[in-house]
Amino acid sequence: MEPRRPSRAVIDPKVRQVGFITPNAPPQQPVRTQSYPPESNSPPLSESPASNSLSPVMIPPPRHLSDNLTAYRTPAVPVPESSRRRAEPAAVACSYDPSESLFGTSSPAPSPLASSRLVVDGEFSEESWFKKSDSAKFASSFPGGGFDLTTVKNVGVAAAVAAKKPAAVSGNEKSKASGAESKNELPSGSGSKTSKVKMTKSERRSLQESQRAAKGGNKSAGASSSRAAKQPQQKKDAAPAPPSVAASEKKGTDRPPEKERKKDVPAPRMQFDDKSRVEKAKKRAVVNQTEVRNRVELFRHLPQYEHGTQLPDLESKFFRNDPMHRAVYKVGLQYLAGDITGGNARCIAMLQAFSEAIRDYTTPAEKTLTRDLTAKIGSYVSFLIECRPLSISMGNAIRFLKNRIAKLPLTLSESEAKTSLCLDIDRFINEKIILADRVIVRHASTKIRDGDVLLTYGSSCVVEMLLSHALELGKKFHVVIVDSRPKLEGQSLLRRLVANGLNCTYTHLNAVSYIMHEVTRVFLGASSILSNGTVYSRVGTAAVAMVANAFSVPVLICCEAYKFHERVQLDSICFNELGDPQAVAKVSGRGDVNYLGSLGNKDNLQLLNLMYDATPSEYISMIVTDYGMIPPTSVPVIVREYCRDQLWI
Amino acid sequence: MAGLNLSAVSDDDDDNDQDDHPVLSAAAVAAAARSTLRPPSLQTLLEDMPDPAAVPHTSSSGGDSEEKSKSADKSSRSRKLKHDVIEAVNELIEDIDTCHEQIAEQAVEHIHHNEVILTLGSSRTVLEFLYAAKEKKRSFRVFVAEGAPRYQGHLLAKELVARGLQTTLITDSAVFAMISRVNMVIVGAHAVMANGGVIAPVGLNMVALAAQRHAVPFVVLAGSHKLCPLYPHNPEVLLNELRSPSELLDFGEFSDCMDFGSGSGSPLIHVVNPTFDYVPPKLVSLFITDTGGHNPSYMYRLIADYYSADDLVLQRKAAASN
Repeated sequence: MEPRRPSRAVIDPKVRQVGFITPNAPPQQPVRTQSYPPESNSPPLSESPASNSLSPVMIPPPRHLSDNLTAYRTPAVPVPESSRRRAEPAAVACSYDPSESLFGTSSPAPSPLASSRLVVDGEFSEESWFKKSDSAKFASSFPGGGFDLTTVKNVGVAAAVAAKKPAAVSGNEKSKASGAESKNELPSGSGSKTSKVKMTKSERRSLQESQRAAKGGNKSAGASSSRAAKQPQQKKDAAPAPPSVAASEKKGTDRPPEKERKKDVPAPRMQFDDKSRVEKAKKRAVVNQTEVRNRVELFRHLPQYEHGTQLPDLESKFFRNDPMHRAVYKVGLQYLAGDITGGNARCIAMLQAFSEAIRDYTTPAEKTLTRDLTAKIGSYVSFLIECRPLSISMGNAIRFLKNRIAKLPLTLSESEAKTSLCLDIDRFINEKIILADRVIVRHASTKIRDGDVLLTYGSSCVVEMLLSHALELGKKFHVVIVDSRPKLEGQSLLRRLVANGLNCTYTHLNAVSYIMHEVTRVFLGASSILSNGTVYSRVGTAAVAMVANAFSVPVLICCEAYKFHERVQLDSICFNELGDPQAVAKVSGRGDVNYLGSLGNKDNLQLLNLMYDATPSEYISMIVTDYGMIPPTSVPVIVREYCRDQLWI
Repeated sequence: MAGLNLSAVSDDDDDNDQDDHPVLSAAAVAAAARSTLRPPSLQTLLEDMPDPAAVPHTSSSGGDSEEKSKSADKSSRSRKLKHDVIEAVNELIEDIDTCHEQIAEQAVEHIHHNEVILTLGSSRTVLEFLYAAKEKKRSFRVFVAEGAPRYQGHLLAKELVARGLQTTLITDSAVFAMISRVNMVIVGAHAVMANGGVIAPVGLNMVALAAQRHAVPFVVLAGSHKLCPLYPHNPEVLLNELRSPSELLDFGEFSDCMDFGSGSGSPLIHVVNPTFDYVPPKLVSLFITDTGGHNPSYMYRLIADYYSADDLVLQRKAAASN
């Protein structure tokens, strides 16, 4: 790293990389997880092999607005865009070929930045990213309002050329991500052209305040939530998680200044033993739910409703388009019925429902699009929470969407705004989930050797993709699927893997000590990874990781980076989801086991059906994400540097 | 493992045994020397039986054997021996029946107010233990893990509820999640090995590891009849039983995956359903037996109380004795 510093200092002295290098992967592959050599566009720095000698853990610092403009003047360099999450401003911004994407087919003139609010820079980079991945189609719908980046054009061209390679997409994601990260400063080469771009954070904040004051006494929940949503934009920290939408809505109106001051603490989630909050939430509830009678004391802070009572009521309301768009309603019902499970599937379904709802949306008279739409999204989210509490991945996606809505330039027409949002959603899905999964699979399959016995628990879509991919690569290995009650998700995984031709062993969680003697690696999926390295995933994962640790078997978690969260959790009780208690008492498929059939709702007997648990970080050997293969201790680094607030890269 | 000491037999015969079995190992010799103060082992007793023509000086039937005639000796000896054996077996049965009460008497020393106890599966000893503590007016809660695939935990939960204890039934997967709030883990055992290790229903190794991580005492209740003088070598395989896969997967459900006609002919699905788990002694905090509470490192001494070394060290006898 040292030798590079002097040359890098010209452009950006503080470039750091994060992630481990996979030494065998050729540098030009779009494997996102390559360590990102901090080179900028200057040619001497751009060789990837050289980067391998760099220290593997280097983190790009957040950029400032003022930093980057000079960099844009540099000529195009053959940026090894393939898999570098480049931090330097110039390279990053340039690689997207912003001029082409922004102004290719849409509004030709650089829309005056004066009219656009905040982080057009972020948008800009995102558009260009998007252009890279899918070329003209998206660019045509770009609402404009970007920079005029003619200066960076040449750099962009080089990158665009490279972008033709399909692999480049993930590389672009990364560069876009880093570009987006630097959106704070990003005004790109256009600094000279647009005056507004160079706002620092404080300037933006003051602008926001003035705008908010101008909107004055609009006390609607939408306003408060949009305000609350906007507040986090200005802070360095991520907004409170969507499960606390209710909380933020309540708090947004009365505490904006405090939020700005308190930087690092996400708002606490709604605790269900707080009677007043529960009452308020119930009043706004769409779904009529009755609470379970026999609650486990330890979990009084979590909601628990009788299952089976909500569906008929909801089904009768299905065809009314108000208050709930039908797509969102459908997704909510699917969650309630358990038809859609798994973090990625739920997130994608929700985002697609929102996309449809946005397309059908029309702004009511005398309301602004951003605020009203944010309020509407907020109400959809509340409905989904009532159907089934949000997963952390969904929460992050909602924050992204609200952020995108809030950052819409005011000059856009309604249709343009809606299209832009839908495109954003598509991009999020493509980039954060689908492509991320591909990257993870590619990395993790390097960890599978011939003759391995791999163990997995439950059914994780990423692990399933990984095993199929490794099979396609021709590796010879054996799979052990560990399953547990009451969901018995492993059975569906077993079916699909056997259909693919894999040799599988199937067993139940209690037998994991028996089978662990023969296992060489454990691959697990996660619902989320928290900032203290704790893995929050399906209940039982912690037991599997613990037994693997006791037998000295490495445990690898495969998790997309959008699921990371800055929350921390020590054990599984602080935050969890309670499922249907009757599912514990009733054993499906085993008619002989019906010991509790007659007990009904006895006072002394409580049934507890936890859905998630928290695996301590010391049991985890490595986490494979789309940012690379990282140890659990690096998760807060990724959260802070890459998944900030609105960056969402 | 048949070592059953017949308490009714006198101690006179051991010296004679020594002459007939010169190939006894040092351990056996030492044990025999000790056993002059204890009843002789069944093996030594029975070894003398099948040879009616043998000089009856090795008879074990007590001091009065010399007074009978040879034929009468033989029949009376065999009758006495049978009587002794039957009596000993009856004692053993009674031991097994009463061990629950003796173990349960110790419950009040270990369970206090407002405690949370975790158990897995079902064990009558555990049930009696918990009930005894409740009888002494200790109020506590019990988390019962259901113990797939037999789901005996459901039965235990039902019993506990019927007896008035606050019970929460959880799935096995939730054990690690809940154990941070548990004060003590109390389980029964299938067998206790000579090193203090436990052969327990499947899943208990996972529970023991979780308990160790959270510094929760792991207490095993075992009657002394469960002691076994063997050292567990590779216990997961050698001291285990595999049950039918139908408890995990319905036979019909996966019939489309059991394609024996493919390629190598080996089935694509292999289902593993072990019955027992081995818990190493370092994970066990305490054994509670009918003779009191013991450390795992002490268990081998108890085994010496119930088994004679003669019965453990099986040597091939010299041809002359037959």
